[in-house]
Amino acid sequence: MNKILRIAFFALIVRPLMMIVLGTNVRRGELLPSSGPAIIVANHNSHLDVFALMNVLGLKRLPSVRPVAAADYFMTRRLRRWFATRIVGIIPIDRSKVRREKGKHPLDPISEVLRNDGIVLLFPEGTRGEPEKMDEFQSGVAHIARRHPEIPITPVFMHGLGKALPKGEALLVPFFCDMFVGKPLDSQLKKSELMNQLIVSMDELAAELPIEAWN
Amino acid sequence: MSHLAWEIRITLISIFAALAVSNCILFIKMRCFSGFDDNLIRHRIRTWWALAGLFSLALCISPHGGVYFFGFISFFALKEFLSMSPTRRADRRVLFYAYLSVIPQYYFAATDNYQMFLVFIPVIMFAWLPTRMWMIGQGDGFQNAAGTLLWALMITVYSLSHTAYLLTIPLRQGGSNATNAAMSLVEQTPGPGLLIFLVIMAEANDIFQYLSGKPLGKKQVSPNIAPGKTYAGLIGGICLTTCLAGFIGPLITPMDIVHAVFAGFMIGCMGFAGELCISALKRDLKITNFGATLPGHGGVLDRVGNLIFTAPFFFHFIHYCYHQ
Repeated sequence: MNKILRIAFFALIVRPLMMIVLGTNVRRGELLPSSGPAIIVANHNSHLDVFALMNVLGLKRLPSVRPVAAADYFMTRRLRRWFATRIVGIIPIDRSKVRREKGKHPLDPISEVLRNDGIVLLFPEGTRGEPEKMDEFQSGVAHIARRHPEIPITPVFMHGLGKALPKGEALLVPFFCDMFVGKPLDSQLKKSELMNQLIVSMDELAAELPIEAWN
Repeated sequence: MSHLAWEIRITLISIFAALAVSNCILFIKMRCFSGFDDNLIRHRIRTWWALAGLFSLALCISPHGGVYFFGFISFFALKEFLSMSPTRRADRRVLFYAYLSVIPQYYFAATDNYQMFLVFIPVIMFAWLPTRMWMIGQGDGFQNAAGTLLWALMITVYSLSHTAYLLTIPLRQGGSNATNAAMSLVEQTPGPGLLIFLVIMAEANDIFQYLSGKPLGKKQVSPNIAPGKTYAGLIGGICLTTCLAGFIGPLITPMDIVHAVFAGFMIGCMGFAGELCISALKRDLKITNFGATLPGHGGVLDRVGNLIFTAPFFFHFIHYCYHQ
């Protein structure tokens, strides 16, 4: 990661963009982890999600924040790859290679970041998918929880950015982003129970706003 | 700063003095009644400081500063409106045009282009936005989408932009033999005074309503829309606003006392009407506020509800009575 460029990008571009053009309404921001190691899971509607979350986490926590992103998408073109790894600081995970290879577990890079007190952002839907529609959660987060049962998992529900910049669109239209932070999940639960808890928690957060289907 | 008359500078300073006094009262209350810690009021006063600071700064920096200030207010209010209201996915591009319309509308206000200012949204945008919508070719929900968008544009951009036009409106100069040297600065550049008068009256009306409604109020004006608003508050607010207008109006605007009193009465009534419109809108959308942009108040749209009708009414009143 390029530390200086990263801070400059988030302070001079992302922050004004989020403050003026878009805007975030955060509920219970104090529930966000104040320092690593921690895991934040959020639903995924738009490329802007990760910038909104990192902006709310602030410049102080920025050096430790690492979003998990698809290697098969972000590591392809040179410029995109440079931006994703040097500026956004993603942990690239290949969605197509989920099997163990040469004794290396595919989640090892995430574990390493967590061991170094990082804050890992995870979008368990695995894709932006249809904007403003929650897809089924992949169970990767449960596998991480099993490897690190002591690390808190904070759920965040986001709404609005899928309208501002949905998948496949290039024109950014201003919309507010609602960001509702939930209570940390119990990381010690078994896989299916943890996934259930995550789904229930996300549904509760989503129910805080009367959101109509967007089509 | 030289474009601001001394009367107006004093008015701005007294706004800050009033805020300082309310901070003191809050401080004393927190000291005397241990356990009294009203977070909402604290945030609300702090936000008032920020708003008053930005507003004064905008007015002091340049004669057109207020145009930028209210231009941003319009943009934020429109963004809140469109984020909270149901919109169609197909209309993303149309919404983009709606946002863009803030710029020409405030440009026409800043350049005193009266006719374009009047027709740009109710005539040009009124035709263009639904046209762009049928071009997309989705009939489902057309009526709701077009209605929502045009109503949003009217209250957040068209109405509010009248505040900015107050800064540039050219007024008739005193008697025919009055020379520039004989006129006070308030008469030479009436803009800032008119704008400050409108904003102070609209906000004071809110406070007066609250103050007279809290101890006296029983009968609600509209229990289903705004349970907190009572007849006592409404009447007390209008009376006190009218009195204050009669006192301040002749000082900082070219209005005589009769016109100032009438303007105060009008701002009291229309401010209340606008406020309740926003309340009804929130009931319909099933939300309690339009966001958290202004801590202690809610969103920008929660704060400017009292301006959506008063701004055009006051503007046209001035235009009718005093225009060149």
